[in-house]
Amino acid sequence: MKRITTILLCIAVGLAVLGVPAAVGAVTGKLEIVHWWTAGGEGEALDAIAALFESLYPEVELIGASVAGGAGTVAKGVLQTRILAGNPPDSFQVHAGMEVRGHILAGVLEPITDLLDPAVFPKAVLDLCGYEGEVYCVPINVHRPNTLWVNKEIVDELGIAIPTLSDFDVFVAACEKAKAAGYVPLALGEAWTVNHLFGSVLLGALGPDGYRGLWDGSVPFTDPGVTLALERMKTLVGYANVDHAALSWDAAAQMLVDGKAVFNIMGDWAEGYFKAKGWEPGVDFVWASAPGTRGSFILCIDAFGVPKDAANKEAARAWVKTIASIEAQDIFNPVKGSVPSRSGADKSLYDVYLIWSMNDFATSELVPSLAHGGVLEALAGDIGDIINIFVTKPDVAGAQGSLNRAAIDAGL
Amino acid sequence: MIKERTKEKLISIGLVSPTVLAIGIFVYGFIGWTIKLSFSDWNTFAKLLKGKFKFVGLSNYIKLLFQDPRFPSDLWNTLFFTILFLLGCVTLGIILALLLDRGLKGSIIFQNIYLFPMAVAFVVTGTAWRWIFAPGISAYPQGINLLFSKLGLDALRWRWFVSIEHIGPFNLALIPVVIAATWQLSGYTMAMCLAGLRGIPSQLIEAAQVDGASGWQVFWGVKFPLLRPIILSAMIILGHISLKIFDLVFSMTGSGPNLAVDVPALYMFETTFERLRYARGAAIAIIMLIMVSFIIIPYLISSMKREAKK
Repeated sequence: MKRITTILLCIAVGLAVLGVPAAVGAVTGKLEIVHWWTAGGEGEALDAIAALFESLYPEVELIGASVAGGAGTVAKGVLQTRILAGNPPDSFQVHAGMEVRGHILAGVLEPITDLLDPAVFPKAVLDLCGYEGEVYCVPINVHRPNTLWVNKEIVDELGIAIPTLSDFDVFVAACEKAKAAGYVPLALGEAWTVNHLFGSVLLGALGPDGYRGLWDGSVPFTDPGVTLALERMKTLVGYANVDHAALSWDAAAQMLVDGKAVFNIMGDWAEGYFKAKGWEPGVDFVWASAPGTRGSFILCIDAFGVPKDAANKEAARAWVKTIASIEAQDIFNPVKGSVPSRSGADKSLYDVYLIWSMNDFATSELVPSLAHGGVLEALAGDIGDIINIFVTKPDVAGAQGSLNRAAIDAGL
Repeated sequence: MIKERTKEKLISIGLVSPTVLAIGIFVYGFIGWTIKLSFSDWNTFAKLLKGKFKFVGLSNYIKLLFQDPRFPSDLWNTLFFTILFLLGCVTLGIILALLLDRGLKGSIIFQNIYLFPMAVAFVVTGTAWRWIFAPGISAYPQGINLLFSKLGLDALRWRWFVSIEHIGPFNLALIPVVIAATWQLSGYTMAMCLAGLRGIPSQLIEAAQVDGASGWQVFWGVKFPLLRPIILSAMIILGHISLKIFDLVFSMTGSGPNLAVDVPALYMFETTFERLRYARGAAIAIIMLIMVSFIIIPYLISSMKREAKK
């Protein structure tokens, strides 16, 4: 009996000794950040901003925990588990919109309204980052999903005028021309890229106000605009490559580079892909707003917040404060291939496409994205299924009924 | 002597109990937890985190089985996939085993070649077969279609796993996936059958031959009946793999156009981790568990009876 007591005592002392340095380590400034930026350019962009942070706060040790996996699905699983266990990282990547709203409603994040200057951020962006007048996460960048990419050589050869391509009917006529010349008019990829395309088409058919209304329930899916969107979707898919379900987004973009396809509607991460393939923006490829969406800018925003249970809240607040600054955003965004979420950027740092996007961001109607966490995840997923079925069985009335049921199921 | 036996018994209980405890918690405990989750309304992250349990009866199951555009087709796909996959693996396995059993020179090399795919992860198989069966577009065929067009066999070109053709509820796009899965696991049935064939006493076969049985008659009359229990256990192992298949489909095709190659495990993953409908995801998991238990439980009962007889 005595021996057992001794052993237990030894174990207790051992645990205490081991535990003390860990606790001290936490207060002396370790900052753990979970994100899903693992591909080429995005990893470098984060390294650049991390270097800036370390020069500003040399006493803090920044630990970037990256979790690879498409659009963060894997990272989100890891995050949810850690949050449930009461052990969240000090800060984590999240999409602005309904994705961060889920965390806010669950009481995971704390308000950080005092850490940024609301005058330099567009109201629509802060609305997506907050709830009931408080801001809960800092947007680091803005990607533009509703962008039409064009193989310049082919449209020049076919005599298609580029400036009016954002007009839906002009675009369809151009597709017809490309098809007659033996090209694939529209390069399309697997299921999520079809849903991504549907986001742009919905926006084009309903206009920014109607589109926004779909996601807060003020516009029902029985709206005639949705019927028009489905009709347009049917037309567009008729111009797409038949093997689209077998292609990832980048394989679809590659069809433009290979001169097999003329157009691609994809977020502006495709610009980084084209450049990596040696294409010159404005020379080999050009761009426009996705058909029907001129004057609107779909927002795909990555943001970081401060969890209530963060081990090192001070460092986390310093981190989100840093990324709210224009210095940090000007370091991060030219490398990432996105634009700052705020005003005041130094345009000389950006390429010709990003300057276009920046100007568009400043002047357009800003709306949430369907395929990138902007709207309720459950609804976005169900819409993806319905559209995936629709593109092979184009039953407009049936699909509209399913969309309406999905919206009701999601509580709208 | 009796004391010795008690000691032995205690030791064996001591050795087994950690495993029993771990399985009790991590398998049966979590099955229980998943069942509970599937009767809750935890279909958003906030509800999961708050953890306030609200019993909603069978509503998650009803939604899936009767009001969902996706789940019923998943069940059909699973049925179709399982039938073709078992048929493919068992026939191919028996044929390969019979060929190898003839003991020709070099058969050991083939034996290993057929078995090697089993050492590969399903994710790798899926990625490789995705390249093979990606159809390309008519002007630029890819993969196996490119091979066919180079050989002048354009008639054989097909859209493979992006095909939307179907016979009734059975989607033909599943065939390429079945081919990939069969490629990977028919080596397993071959190994099982080969072991079975090697275990048949040669007197039995010789006796049949003396009686004037042809090769075919020897197979059907002697070898096959003796192989039957082995084939049955192989089918049970393969059957539960096929009901739970995820990684192969995930890496090879995703859910496919018109959800033609969608399977319940894929839907469970997306429902739970992308759409954050934890309770509905749990309901899919429980339905899958029930399907697997239809295969496993009769097998367990019959093998327990056999043990008891011994």
